[in-house]
Amino acid sequence: MSDNALIDSIARLVPTGSRVLDLGCGTGEMLAYLVRHRQCTGYGVEIDDTKVHACLQRGVNVLQLNLEDGLSVFEDKSFDVVLQIDTLQHLRNAQTMLLETARVGRIGVVAFPNFAHWPNRLSVLQGRMPVTKRLPYEWYDTPNIRVGTFADFEVLARRNGLRVEQSFGMHEGQEVTFMPNLMASTAVFRFTR
Amino acid sequence: MIVSPQTHRFTEPLQLQSGVMLPAYELMYETYGTLNAQRSNAVLICHALNASHHVAGVHADAQGHVIPRSEGWWDNMIGPGKPLDTNRFFVIGVNNLGSCFGSTGPTHLNPATDEPWGADFPVVTVEDWVNAQARLLDVLGIQQLAAVMGGSLGGMQTLSWTLQYPERVRHAVVVASAPNLTAENIAFNEVARRAIVTDPDFHAGYYLRHDAIPKRGLRIARMIGHITYLSDDVMNDKFGRHLKPLAAQVASAAMQAVDEDDVSTDAAAGRAYQYTTQGVEFQIESYLRHQGDKFAEYFDANTYLLITRALDYFDPARPHGGNLSLALAAAKASFLVVSFTTDWRFSPARSREIVRGLLQNRRDVSYAEIDAPHGHDAFLLDDPRYLQAVRAYFDHKVSI
Repeated sequence: MSDNALIDSIARLVPTGSRVLDLGCGTGEMLAYLVRHRQCTGYGVEIDDTKVHACLQRGVNVLQLNLEDGLSVFEDKSFDVVLQIDTLQHLRNAQTMLLETARVGRIGVVAFPNFAHWPNRLSVLQGRMPVTKRLPYEWYDTPNIRVGTFADFEVLARRNGLRVEQSFGMHEGQEVTFMPNLMASTAVFRFTR
Repeated sequence: MIVSPQTHRFTEPLQLQSGVMLPAYELMYETYGTLNAQRSNAVLICHALNASHHVAGVHADAQGHVIPRSEGWWDNMIGPGKPLDTNRFFVIGVNNLGSCFGSTGPTHLNPATDEPWGADFPVVTVEDWVNAQARLLDVLGIQQLAAVMGGSLGGMQTLSWTLQYPERVRHAVVVASAPNLTAENIAFNEVARRAIVTDPDFHAGYYLRHDAIPKRGLRIARMIGHITYLSDDVMNDKFGRHLKPLAAQVASAAMQAVDEDDVSTDAAAGRAYQYTTQGVEFQIESYLRHQGDKFAEYFDANTYLLITRALDYFDPARPHGGNLSLALAAAKASFLVVSFTTDWRFSPARSREIVRGLLQNRRDVSYAEIDAPHGHDAFLLDDPRYLQAVRAYFDHKVSI
């Protein structure tokens, strides 16, 4: 997901001039934005050939690595901010990656689809897995293998000793602060250890 | 693109890393494209073990006719409109010292004795080559390179450029390379060297004086090298357990076969083993022997020893207690590092060591790990993901 509103909102969580690591950086849109508008430096990590190529065409630094292999190539606290925008839900070892994120960066920023958004709840109540604009996949072909909610992440963060500094939902290009677990299709967290 | 090589003679002695002074020497090189007025669009190409200054384009004979199959070794990568576009960049290919393709090497005359250098040619290192290349740039009036690029041993020279002359390199493209050789890699080189040195025609390296060439050694050196440049899968796809057709079968099948490409497989299909230990039974044997024969015709044995040794010695982390990160602190360039998943001679893990060292020094680096099937040889082949990655880097990252 790379709509402009999400990019804007997440960019505001990244201090100007930060050294950034963007895990699962896709086509490098977020990173290019941070470089241009917030004077950041950094690297994207991406596994897909086509997306790596897109990053190179944007002129952003990209490292073709498999996140499932861990972040051993990166030193402790070597980044100001580590981003995981729509990445966590694709990873088998999501909890390990969250801890790795906290190890490598001083600040972590995570965004992922909130499965507790009310239309999803309605769909499940009707006996079917949700298929929406935010979750466009059928249950049998979805790459989202870690299905979590806004509220679930708060619990996971607390359990792993991560301090949530800021959190909000996103829906239809708007930040959602009122009952985000119900009202937002995307969950956004900024945390430190 | 018809190109012709040029030679420059250097009369100022070159101090080599070994302590030896090379009194005077020639470097053979080619250039492609045009150096711009600011002299800011030059890209240097560093070659690997058995390549030369002839990187791109074709050669023509005295009448101006293109010589068939004279394409440069990286002609798929470099030329007008190619990933490294010579319409935009001025590209330089240079043959290294100690080679057998034109630059001063062991087949040339030693001015001190008026005999071929042979085994007396001094041991040259990656660092020595880079120093010699830097002098060529001085001659060409190029203070700073837009980029240096190389694969394998050429990648080591590229890496070394960023450490020896950090101010003279803006970008480094390091393909299928490593920060040093592993024990296994040195071991392969040593087998090749022993094959050459123990050939009775080697004459302690002075074979030219004896009108001899240690072809047997060169063949075996090439055979073992060749095995390590391919992947198991590619070798199996290409040769499998296919038997080499017998001469009589080839002849009779050729008379019947419509499609000549099918002759060899048709002829060998289902033929019985010959139960021979010294004859050629499998196609892979035939292929390796052919590669060895070809190589022994054009490559110099002392050059093979020198270049494999240069590979062995390269280890920029050594003066820093083995700490690559400390070594790379000198680098100022931005990097594109490329590796191939099936390359076991220069594996992705070795490229990731370079990436890691650059990250620790907060250098600009991009890394492409191409899932190509061809092993180490992939860096010379036409994988579109690989060529596109290099193209994108030069188009969007390398300014002139």
